[in-house]
Amino acid sequence: MDSASSDRTVPGQHLAPTVARSVKVLVVGAFGVGKTTLIGAVSEIDPLRTEERITTASVGIDPGQPNKETTTVAMDFGRITVTEDIALYLFGTPGQRRFWDLWAGLADGAVGALVMIDTRHLEDSFEVLDQLELRTKIPFAVVVNQFPDSPNYPLERVRAALDLLPETPIVECDARDRQSAVLTLITLVEHAMTFPVFQKVNA
Amino acid sequence: MDIEEYRDHPVRSYVLTSGRAHPSRNTLRPETLVRAVESRPVLSTAGRLERELVQLCRGTLALAEVAAYLQLPVSLVAVMVSDLVDSGNLTIRSNHQAHVLPGKDILEKILDGLRKL
Repeated sequence: MDSASSDRTVPGQHLAPTVARSVKVLVVGAFGVGKTTLIGAVSEIDPLRTEERITTASVGIDPGQPNKETTTVAMDFGRITVTEDIALYLFGTPGQRRFWDLWAGLADGAVGALVMIDTRHLEDSFEVLDQLELRTKIPFAVVVNQFPDSPNYPLERVRAALDLLPETPIVECDARDRQSAVLTLITLVEHAMTFPVFQKVNA
Repeated sequence: MDIEEYRDHPVRSYVLTSGRAHPSRNTLRPETLVRAVESRPVLSTAGRLERELVQLCRGTLALAEVAAYLQLPVSLVAVMVSDLVDSGNLTIRSNHQAHVLPGKDILEKILDGLRKL
């Protein structure tokens, strides 16, 4: 993140004057699953980071002793100017339940979420999927990030293990590869278009 | 400014916003686009950070980008941006979409754009 601090005024990083609309997509997943890698692969600017201090209820603590702690959560993000008047922002955020307050606000108004999965640690993604399904109505697509030593499970086996709905898209991806990452976004937006909430035209 | 600096001094954020934790408008999101109003000089009472913020916004940026460049939390920058909109120094470029989901037409344009990447 040194790139941001070394040049604070960054005139070249401004959006084109024609851009008058922004939309966002969330990139959620466990730590180390490749969120920032994917964002960096498609973003037209070096991924930026902001940090937010949030109060989280400690999990697994005696409920009779409500114990809240303050945590700093980093959010990495990037952007793509997809048309001359629309900028697409990708916000990466940890998906665990204790960060819910942070990403509930982020989910508001989002086109959808890419849920990144590492098949070597499938169980890490259960909580993220639970949160999305139980607490939001936003469209999501599951992205299996292929690491060199990932076991080669057929996607249908991963779908079954994650107990996904039949209509939820699941795609493989190399998060380092731009075209591969762009395809995950296309999959998500296509899926979002089937949702009634996006049917109306509000140009 | 180092990030560690404000993390070590939790009171500082609230001093910057005169003790307020919430912006004067609730339509600001991390992706909301803002831009400086060039014809509007910054008040002489404005602080260094406000000036820096307006300077950053000589071109269009999202709120989250402003926060990242200033190395401050988005929630804090939302308060500052809101004040600067009230004082006429900043304008919200994407105001029409506050709390409105993009329509199908917008999604189609996004898909077309993504397919051309």
